[in-house]
Amino acid sequence: MADLAVTSSPGSVRLPPGIWAVPPLLVLGALFFYPLSLILRQALFGDEGAFSLAHFGEVVGSRLFLDGLYHTLVIAVSATAGCLLLGFVLSLVIAFVPFPGAKLVGRLIDTFIALPTFLVALAFTFIYGSSGLLNESLMRLLDLSLPPVDFLYSQWGVILSEITVYTPFVMRPLLAAFSLVEASQIEVASSLGAKPMRIVRQIILPAALPALIAGGSLCLLLTVNEFGIVLFIGAKDVITLPLLIYDKAIQEFDYTTACIIAVVNVALSLGLYSLYRVAVAHLAGSRAGLV
Amino acid sequence: MATPVSSQALRADDASVSEARSAFSAAAAPLLAGGRVRGIGFKDVTVAYGGLVVLASLTLDVRPGEIVALIGPSGSGKTTALRAVAGFVRPTRGRITIGDRDVTDVAPYARNIGMVVQNYALFPHMRAEENVAFGLRARGVSHAVVRERVPECLRLVGMEAYAKRFPRELSGGQQQRVAIARALAIRPQVLLLDEPLSALDAQIRRSMLDELAKLHRDLPSLTVLYVTHDQTEALTLADHIGIMRDGKLVAFGASRTLYRHPPNRFSAEFLGRANLLPVTSLEPKAGGLAQVRFGEAVLAATNPHGLPQGSQCLLCVRPHDLRLREGEGTHNILAGIVESVQWQGDLHAIALNVQGHKLRLTCAPLGAPPEAGTPLALAFDPHDVTLVPETPPEKPGG
Repeated sequence: MADLAVTSSPGSVRLPPGIWAVPPLLVLGALFFYPLSLILRQALFGDEGAFSLAHFGEVVGSRLFLDGLYHTLVIAVSATAGCLLLGFVLSLVIAFVPFPGAKLVGRLIDTFIALPTFLVALAFTFIYGSSGLLNESLMRLLDLSLPPVDFLYSQWGVILSEITVYTPFVMRPLLAAFSLVEASQIEVASSLGAKPMRIVRQIILPAALPALIAGGSLCLLLTVNEFGIVLFIGAKDVITLPLLIYDKAIQEFDYTTACIIAVVNVALSLGLYSLYRVAVAHLAGSRAGLV
Repeated sequence: MATPVSSQALRADDASVSEARSAFSAAAAPLLAGGRVRGIGFKDVTVAYGGLVVLASLTLDVRPGEIVALIGPSGSGKTTALRAVAGFVRPTRGRITIGDRDVTDVAPYARNIGMVVQNYALFPHMRAEENVAFGLRARGVSHAVVRERVPECLRLVGMEAYAKRFPRELSGGQQQRVAIARALAIRPQVLLLDEPLSALDAQIRRSMLDELAKLHRDLPSLTVLYVTHDQTEALTLADHIGIMRDGKLVAFGASRTLYRHPPNRFSAEFLGRANLLPVTSLEPKAGGLAQVRFGEAVLAATNPHGLPQGSQCLLCVRPHDLRLREGEGTHNILAGIVESVQWQGDLHAIALNVQGHKLRLTCAPLGAPPEAGTPLALAFDPHDVTLVPETPPEKPGG
C-alpha cells in the first residue's frame, strides 16, 4: 500500500521499499536494543572493558544468586499455579453458572488488570498485616498479645498478592474461550450421563487448554519479573532476581553484578516466552488439523 | 477436511448393519418386556420465564416405540418441550415421565435419554469413536462393552470406516450420523431429536431422512420425540404429530389423519399449506359428507369434525387434490382466473383467484400450461377435502 502510494504518483521521489522499516527499528534500537546491549556489555566486559566470564561464573554460582533464582522460580510457579486454579474456577462460575450480576463481576475482575500491582500488597497490609484488620480483630477477640496471622511478610504473602493481581490475566482469555464452548455440547454430554465434573474435565478443559496455556504463560512471565509486590511486602529472606538486581545496582552500586543477574533474568524470560510460543503454536496447529 | 462420500459408501455391508441393529433391538427389547409402559408423558407441563409462559399446560403421551414429531413455527414452544424432557428446562408446573418414572426432578445425566441436536454438538477434540464411547464411559460401562458397542453403533449408522476421524474431518451428514450413533450407544429409553437435519443441505437432508426412517424400522422399540419446523420431516417419520403455536399444543393426532383432517385453520395452513375457503355448511349427506356453499357454488366435502348445519367453516383443499376440470362434470367445480404459473421441474404450480380467494394447485408438468389471466375450472373429489372449524376446538383432537 505504502509502496503503491510512493511509486504511483508521477514526479515524486522513489524511496527504497525497505525504508519504512527504518523508523520503528530506530525507535526499538534506541529504547530497547541499545540499553540491552549496554547491560550485556557490562555483564561480559565489566568496568575494565576486558571480556571475561570469570565474574559471570562467580555471580551465577554465588549463594545469593542461587537463592534469588530459587525464590523467583518458586514464587512464579506457585503464583501461576494459583492463578490458573483460581482463574479457572472463577471463570467457570462466571461463564457457566448463571447468576445475576455475572457480567458485572467479570468486568470488576477485569479492572484489576488496570491497577498498579503494589496496590494489592498495600491493601493486604491493611487486612493481613501485623496491625491489620484481621490481626487486630483476632487479638481483641481472643485477648492475644501478638498478632496470630503472620504469613504476609513471607513468601506466602508474595504468592497470595501475585495470585490476586495476576488471576485476571488468566481469566480474560479463559472467559473468551468459554464463550466459544457450545452450550449444546455440554447439554448433550449431560444427557449422555456425564456429571458436572466429567463435563468440566473432558469437554470444557480441553476446549480451554490453549487459553489456559496462554494465560498461564503470561502469568509466569509477569511473576518471574515481578518487582513491586516483592519490594512492597518486604518479606524477610525473600529475595528474587529483580529485587537482587535492584539491591546490587541501587543500594550497592555494583552495576556489573546487577547486569549479570539481569542478563540471566532476561534469558529466563525469553526462554519462558519461547516455550509459550511453541506451546500455543502447537495447540493452535493441532486444533486446525495442521500439526 | 470433510471428505465427500457416496451414500452407498456410507453404508456398511448389509449383514454387519443388520447384526448391529439386531444387537441394539435385542438390548432394547427388555425395556418393553412385561407389558411395562415405556414412553414419554407430559402432564400439564408449563414452563415460564418470569411472567412469560413459553409452554402452556402441555399434556401429551408418546407411546413406547413410536415417533412423535412436534412441529410449529419459531417460538411455539416445541424445543422447550423437548428440553423439559431432557432436563435442561425445569417446568414451572406439571410432571414429566419417562417410562414409568417421574423425571421432573431428576438431573439430566440420570434420565437415560439420547439427544441429537441441530449443530451435532460433537466433541471436537475427540475422534468419532471417542464421541460414541463418551456416554458409555460416563456411565461407567466396562471397557469390554465399550469396545463391543462403539463399532456396533457406528456400523448401525454406516460410519464404521470413519471411527478414527475427528469431527472436523467429517461432512455435516457424517457428523450427524456420528451424533446419532453417540446417542444410541447408551441404549437410551427415549431419543430426543432437536431439528437434527436443519443444518444439512437439501440433498443430504433427504438422504438422512430415509436413513432415520430405516433406523426406526430396525429399532422399533425406540421411543422418539422429534422436534422440527419441517412438515416433510414430520410427515415422513412420525407416527403422530403435535402442532404447536404460542406455547400451546393446538393439534395432535396420527400423521395421516392430521394431514387429511386438520382440526383448525392453523394446523391446516402449517401442515401442508392447505387452501382454505370460507364456506357455509348446508346439510349432511351420506358417507360422512356434507354439502357446503361457497359463493354461488354448492360443493361436497367430508365433515369429520361433525360441524353443524348452518355453521361458518373452512373448506380445506390440498393443492395436489385439485385437478384441471376434464369433460362436462358439474359437481365440485371451482372456477377462477389464473394469476401465475410456475414450472418447478417435477410439477407445475398454478395460482388462481377464485371469487377473491387465492387458490394454489400443483400437478404433474403440463404440456400446455394455462396462461396468466385466462379462466380455469378445477375439480376435486369430495373425499379428498375436509371441513375445518373456523375457531380452534377447545381440546386438541387425536
